[in-house]
Amino acid sequence: MDFNLSEERQMLQDGLRRMLVDKVDTKAIARGDTAWSAETWQALTEMGVIGALFTEEQGGFGGAGFDLMVVFEEMGRAGAPEPLLETLLAGRLIAELGSATQIEQLDEVIAGEVQMAFAHSEPGSRYDLERVATNAARDGDDWVLTGRKSVVTNGGEADQIVLSARVSGAVSDREGLALFLVPKGTEGLEIRDYPLTGGGRGAELAMEEMRLPGDALLGEAGDALPAIERTVARGSAAQCAEALGLMERIRDLTVTYLQQRTQFGQPLIKFQALAFRMADVLIEIEQARSAVINLCGHLDADPTTRELHVSAAKQLVGATAKLVVEESIQMHGGIGITQEYDLAHFARRLTMVEHRFGDALWHLGRFARLRAA
Amino acid sequence: MDLTYSEEYETFRRDLRGFLEARLPKRLADKVRLGQRVTKEDHEEWHAILQERNWLAGHWPKEHGGAGWDAVERHIFEEETTRAHAPRIVPFGVMMLGPVLMKFGSDAQKAHWLPRILNGTDWWCQGYSEPGAGSDLAAIKTTAERDGDHYVVNGQKTWTTLAQYADHIFCLVRTSKEGKKQEGISFLLIDMNDPGIEVRPIHLIDGGAEVNEVWFKDVRVPVENLVGEENQGWTIAKYLLTHERTNIAGVGFANEALANLKRIAALEHQNGRPLIEDPLFAAEIARLEIQLMAMATTNLRVVSAAAGGNAPGVESSMLKVKGTVIRQEINDLTRRACGPYAMPFVSEALEAGSNVEPVGPDYAAPVSGRYFNNRKLSIYGGSNEVQKQIIAKMRLGA
Repeated sequence: MDFNLSEERQMLQDGLRRMLVDKVDTKAIARGDTAWSAETWQALTEMGVIGALFTEEQGGFGGAGFDLMVVFEEMGRAGAPEPLLETLLAGRLIAELGSATQIEQLDEVIAGEVQMAFAHSEPGSRYDLERVATNAARDGDDWVLTGRKSVVTNGGEADQIVLSARVSGAVSDREGLALFLVPKGTEGLEIRDYPLTGGGRGAELAMEEMRLPGDALLGEAGDALPAIERTVARGSAAQCAEALGLMERIRDLTVTYLQQRTQFGQPLIKFQALAFRMADVLIEIEQARSAVINLCGHLDADPTTRELHVSAAKQLVGATAKLVVEESIQMHGGIGITQEYDLAHFARRLTMVEHRFGDALWHLGRFARLRAA
Repeated sequence: MDLTYSEEYETFRRDLRGFLEARLPKRLADKVRLGQRVTKEDHEEWHAILQERNWLAGHWPKEHGGAGWDAVERHIFEEETTRAHAPRIVPFGVMMLGPVLMKFGSDAQKAHWLPRILNGTDWWCQGYSEPGAGSDLAAIKTTAERDGDHYVVNGQKTWTTLAQYADHIFCLVRTSKEGKKQEGISFLLIDMNDPGIEVRPIHLIDGGAEVNEVWFKDVRVPVENLVGEENQGWTIAKYLLTHERTNIAGVGFANEALANLKRIAALEHQNGRPLIEDPLFAAEIARLEIQLMAMATTNLRVVSAAAGGNAPGVESSMLKVKGTVIRQEINDLTRRACGPYAMPFVSEALEAGSNVEPVGPDYAAPVSGRYFNNRKLSIYGGSNEVQKQIIAKMRLGA
């Protein structure tokens, strides 16, 4: 039993924290002036941070759950909206399923030279991973895809999109899914991109008889769901770790504010009613940390165990995110909802954690169903 | 005990419904329904329409141009107008200053200012909070020093809602530093066009700019703009906060927000079925509806007592806490109901006529912004912590 970071991970954490401090222009993001910064991306790649998300065989130097945790917690602490999660999702799918030729592309992915996106969710799918209506049909050697993908993070900026489609079966069958590698500018692919609440950009993708060559297929046609679930579990772990960093940053901002702001002749933290509520926030953040540790430690467990931890962490982190956001804003008062104060960006970004891969309520139900099965 | 409205009230409700059907412009109702931003001109248009029936300030006495409504009629008005998606009445003149002038103003002040509120000549805003005086409102530092026939005002107000539209501001100012801090405050009416006033917008977390900083540098205000006695301002402020704040529970808003949530939950799908059929999600809606049904009756108990002549005291604070929390919880669940489509942040889509299409369904466009923006409900008008302190003092001997 050891809950300390290894020396390598400790160095990664220290380095990242030093590098990211003051790097993220939270005010510009909150104003909508920028979605993410190419300069920060450059700095991340120069540090080799992307390599920490992949195993040695894949060309990285980490890839375990706790590597993800270290990296994404620091991204969260800084409020960094750079699309690292998209590289993790798309890159891991290529690494796990790709042909020899496709895997060659991983070098530039890990070097951060290309932007990636994972296009899976659709207007009617909400958080259900098996629900895919986008259709892929064989035509000679080619594939022809028609359908829509919704709120694809980094979709408009990606050089390569890993995109899911259905080759057979009904819309919610577990069988019948396939993944494709779609380069930017493919004919028949229409993209509308837009800013996201909390930074970064999203995109709506419309495929109208989009033709792809046979070698665009990633892995076996029809059997992609287990890999998608495995990858989304990793993505959920990364996202939960990011949320944890955001929570701690918000906690620090709020505690400092309570110590400095004086009303009725004393600092707000001296009002027991507020101090007790802040103590609750601290307790709940530690609970969330433990849930994230549980998930990161079980990413390579059997699917049932892994998915239980996915839902446990997502439920707890989602619920805690709401508590942290709402209590912090309330204890700040009006300043807590102004765009020019750092909390605005952190609160928005933390809240949006619930809107990807499932919110607290959805995962509560899923956990109960998984336990009952 | 009788939970039904009298026939007189039901007649009023029918009359009101007919009026809203005939006179509320669809363009305005659509904006409100879709969560789009309502402009100054929109507000003015709606105020003028209401005033055709003396309903802009229906709760004012008839002698001052109101309709003489009691608390129940006022409640019915709020219920029906929110149901019809009418723009809210801008409260600063009608709900706040008007009643203050009727109670504390001189005859000359009443004769001058009250008609101008009703006919739209003046747009008022409220100069209360300051950077160092939030919950601790009596800590205000903006000074008004007597100089002949004028007060000279220096200082800064903040969180001033819609000051960018206003041509007048009613202010709490410090006229004395003697004694308790509550004892040196006065209530002053100031023309926003006076030299020395500067309005700076504060952008909020949802991208909108509804609040402002208002700066005063050597602003000269005629002494006849003092309301009540010098150093009586705290009494006036308290009167305004405790006596004139019906609809503090926001039952109408909450009803409308709940109906919107149910509509969205019926349109959104999860696992191939309407979200509203998901037992967990349905339970969350039910939990809020149960709370709201009870709060509506709590509100009516207070309204009914007020119509009978009892000024609400601690009940206002109870309704404020419960009402704001319920509305915030409905906003929270509405954001969840929209799933991933709560993520796009396309501010322009909230401007009617911008031609920028929302991403995803139109009902999803305002939900995140509204969730964040409405965190203000438990902060402004006396934070919920301040309300609990009032309850503790008045009821618990704290």
